[in-house]
Amino acid sequence: MNSIVTALPGKIASVFTRLDSPYLNGGQQLAVKYFSVATVLFFAQLLFGLLAAIQFVAPGFLFGWLDFSVNRMVHINAMVVWLLYGFIGSVYWFLEEESGTEIAGLKLGNIAFYVLTGAVTIVVLVYLLIQTGPGKDSTIWFINEGREYIEAPRWADFGIVAVMLVFFYNVAGTFMKGRWSGISGVLTLDLIALAGLYCAGMFYLTNITADQFWWWWVIHLWVEATWEVLVGCIMAWSLMHLIGARRKIVQTWLYIEVALMFGSGILGLGHHYFWIGTPDYWFSIGGFFSALEPIPLVAMVVHSVYDAGVHQFKSRNHPALAWIIAHTFGNFLGAGVWGFMHTLPQINLYTHGTQWSASHGHLAFFGAYATINIAFFYMAVQKWRGNVWMGGELPGNGWKWKWAMALLNIGVLGMTVALLIAGYEQSFIERAVEGSTWSGYFSAQNHPWFQQAMHWRLLFGLITIAGLVLLIWDLMTIGKGETRPALQLSEA
Amino acid sequence: MGQTTPAWASEARWKKIAIWVTAGSFVLLVFLTFDTLSKVSVGGERVRAYSVINKEIDYRYDEKQKRFAPVIGKDAPLFGQALSEEEAEKLVMLGKKTTQAKNCMNCHTLLGNGAYYAPDLTKAWLDPGWIDAANRENLMLAFLKDPAGNARSFGSGRRMPNLGITDEEAHGVVAFLKWMSAIDTNGFPNNFKTLNTKE
Ligand code: HEM
Ligand code: HEM
Ligand SMILES: [Fe+2]
Repeated sequence: MNSIVTALPGKIASVFTRLDSPYLNGGQQLAVKYFSVATVLFFAQLLFGLLAAIQFVAPGFLFGWLDFSVNRMVHINAMVVWLLYGFIGSVYWFLEEESGTEIAGLKLGNIAFYVLTGAVTIVVLVYLLIQTGPGKDSTIWFINEGREYIEAPRWADFGIVAVMLVFFYNVAGTFMKGRWSGISGVLTLDLIALAGLYCAGMFYLTNITADQFWWWWVIHLWVEATWEVLVGCIMAWSLMHLIGARRKIVQTWLYIEVALMFGSGILGLGHHYFWIGTPDYWFSIGGFFSALEPIPLVAMVVHSVYDAGVHQFKSRNHPALAWIIAHTFGNFLGAGVWGFMHTLPQINLYTHGTQWSASHGHLAFFGAYATINIAFFYMAVQKWRGNVWMGGELPGNGWKWKWAMALLNIGVLGMTVALLIAGYEQSFIERAVEGSTWSGYFSAQNHPWFQQAMHWRLLFGLITIAGLVLLIWDLMTIGKGETRPALQLSEA
Repeated sequence: MGQTTPAWASEARWKKIAIWVTAGSFVLLVFLTFDTLSKVSVGGERVRAYSVINKEIDYRYDEKQKRFAPVIGKDAPLFGQALSEEEAEKLVMLGKKTTQAKNCMNCHTLLGNGAYYAPDLTKAWLDPGWIDAANRENLMLAFLKDPAGNARSFGSGRRMPNLGITDEEAHGVVAFLKWMSAIDTNGFPNNFKTLNTKE
């Protein structure tokens, strides 16, 4: 027994080292580890999302075993974690190329990966097997913090912060050793903010108004400020790498995006302070600044499409470029348009806390963040296979990546529209007509329009997960046996 | 490349703008945060003292503000027993921790935030579903301790699972819900008819 336990770490490590490829540098080997765990978690995310979606249609399903709350928590936590894994992996991926030197403290970075992955495994097992605890601090420390998106128990919070410090040391140390650039400067400062914000979610408060005030610091200032800038950096690097965009141009764009995104997103935080007990002035501040948030998202669409057009859509990697374009449109639609639709307080009074938010949440997280990670997975697999051809004329005309992309996008868009209809119906029936009482809530839930929307969501959910299965299959097979080398780009 | 970059597209200029805009926004946010936190401290006008659970609470349309607002009324101690501020805080804290430990927020919304599988808890204390003030406390306690047995799913088939909430925790949760219903949420939810209106 003892020997099995002591042999376990080596066994686990050997599973991951089997992913090593002779074509990659040290940071990229580590990135592939992050990407593979991210993919597994992506699948888990959709699986538990489906369980929760089935419960909307058949409430007795798994009742008392895996209740809606458990499935939903795993669904959104798996999402946050896999997206972060993807981001961390992407940064490790380009760290050496961008800095022109080897990664500082790579060994520590590798250890941090195993620590983090072990912690995530334990947290998920506790979510599934223990689920809830007594109303004491010990539950918050060891089982579940009970705050949406950041449910991870406190012990894990400290683990996450420690791992983030190692990651940060790898990033800042490497750039300090090698060379700095516009991208790396923005990236490093952004990572400080991203990690620092997490600490705003790490304490208990009885005052629920103050509690939610800080909770939104983490959630909003992540997805509408620091994550946006992080993917801005990843995009900037990807455009240079994929289509040979000029550094000067992408960096200028990056600064413009930082100015517009932080300039609107930081005070746009106020759109979450309309109804939680915070003062009235947040109506104007939150409404005004968040209404400006779509501007940088439009700018990103213009930037990527223009740059790709200038280079005649010639790219080293067609699937990756297609997913980058999907990212810019998804970000604009999901965050920019869907966000704008309910961001003014006069509208939000009726949409707040309805399926409206879920509609926006799905399109925004998928459109802005899942897409760019998928793009990066394709770039990674290309080099992993030995920098092989991934332009047009793939075997089978690249049907797998094209169908995976179509199914995933149609699936998520379909769910988004179904939830939007459900949200409208709730705004009218539950909020406007019935004044949001419990019986008003259930009138809206029982209405055929709502029920139909839930069935459509389930159907499109199945399409989404079918797309993911195909995507994983494609990532595991694309470029296998390919002998043509990747397209060489002449730096313009 | 021979062409010169126009001034508006200069990388160095945008770098400066980015730094100043970010720093300026952040400083403003920090300032507003201090102001907001001082205005939402427990015991103020927006977030009431925990001992507000000793009072009758209602939620009515306020003609002057043109929106719904909480109304604090005469003495009406929770569970028939007036508590000191410290005792009330202890009870509400137990309730708040229980809502986190039982993961309420992944089915319900609180102050409108959370999940959408079950009704909003912001004004749960005032909901007409509890019939009237005389029945409310007992109905709530019984429900929390055995939600599946006392299911109130309004024909939806959705039931709340038994979460192992103890008698003590149930008292805490009811206290927390009563206290939360007195928070001034700027008129959200709109047009909500409390169980007092119905009487
Ligand atoms: C990629 C960026 C974004 C992501 C990932 C995102 C995601 C989300 C999610 C998941 C929620 C629901 C939170 C909850 O569970 O309560 C939410 C709420 C909200 N988002 Fe976004 N969002 C983004 C950008 C934006 C933008 C740019 C706007 C405005 C223009 C916006 C406006 C809102 C508003 C007003 C709410 C509150 C909804 C409510 O009252 O219930 N979001 N967002
Ligand atoms: C198989 C596909 C999926 C299904 C069936 C599904 C189902 C669900 C369900 C049932 C909920 C709970 C909503 C509620 O509380 O009423 C939810 C929440 C959520 N899901 Fe999904 N989901 C899927 C895919 C995704 C994807 C691809 C993303 C983003 C990358 C995502 C992000 C979210 C977010 C952010 C929330 C919280 C929304 C909020 O609180 O407003 N889901 N999902
Ligand atoms: Fe936001």
